Amino acid sequence: MALIRWSDQRDLFRPFEEMEREMERLRREMDRLFSGFRGFRPFRVGVFPLLNVSEDKDNLYVRAELPGIDPKDIEISVEGDTLTLRGERKSPEVGENVSYHRREREFGRFRRSLTLPTRIDADKVEAVFKNGILQITLPKAEEVRPKQITVKTA
Amino acid sequence: MAEKDIQVREKKEVQTQAETTRNIPVYIPAVDIYETQDALTLVADMPGVSPENVDIDLRDDQLTIRGTITVEGEGETVLLREYGVGDYYRQFTLGRIIDQSKIEAAMKDGVLTLTLPKVDKAKPRKVEVRTA
Repeated sequence: MALIRWSDQRDLFRPFEEMEREMERLRREMDRLFSGFRGFRPFRVGVFPLLNVSEDKDNLYVRAELPGIDPKDIEISVEGDTLTLRGERKSPEVGENVSYHRREREFGRFRRSLTLPTRIDADKVEAVFKNGILQITLPKAEEVRPKQITVKTA
Repeated sequence: MAEKDIQVREKKEVQTQAETTRNIPVYIPAVDIYETQDALTLVADMPGVSPENVDIDLRDDQLTIRGTITVEGEGETVLLREYGVGDYYRQFTLGRIIDQSKIEAAMKDGVLTLTLPKVDKAKPRKVEVRTA
């Protein structure tokens, strides 16, 4: 039988303790990921602009972050069930004698299409641009709106 | 340059130990910082922040930018979420060359522009070499 000095024993178990700590960290990370709003992992598409889509009883809402873009440079079109956003984020004129310390903001043209999840009334689509966020309100077509059915008593 | 397609830049969350009181994420705004002879200009993208909800704090050499958003669309059912919605926070350390009393800020369409003028002695000066 191998004799192990008491003082060595802690070292013997250290890898397991570390593993346990790592598991605990992972578990917490998973909890954070799946716990509603805060840890919501956005869906990756890789096409600008990123869109958030939501709905209520009457409308579909499509939102995009387009900070610093002139609303005149945004073109929105609906064709059948496809919504298309086109435009350009123009890089500002800064003059020649300028040196950059940081350059993280992206500029250029964009084209993005999205297939809408329900039929909409293309004639009544509205768009509002506020604080750099574009919000498109698309009223649902009459036939897909929920209808309340009252039960009559005979 | 004009023909370039814009790239998606996913928002990065601020990694801090301290928890915030609002139950929404806090992101690091993308910034451009450029320098001219007279000033430094800082431009930050903070979509969703209205001009009255930007907080710029200058303490010693620490410049703190904080943007609070108004959450839109509460009560709607989310169908697709490609970007996260949250507040903005970023800190910078200013050098001694900045005249802290003359900093100007402007906010338009979710873009914050800070003009940080240089103090007079920091402005470049041509040194003439005299011939003896």
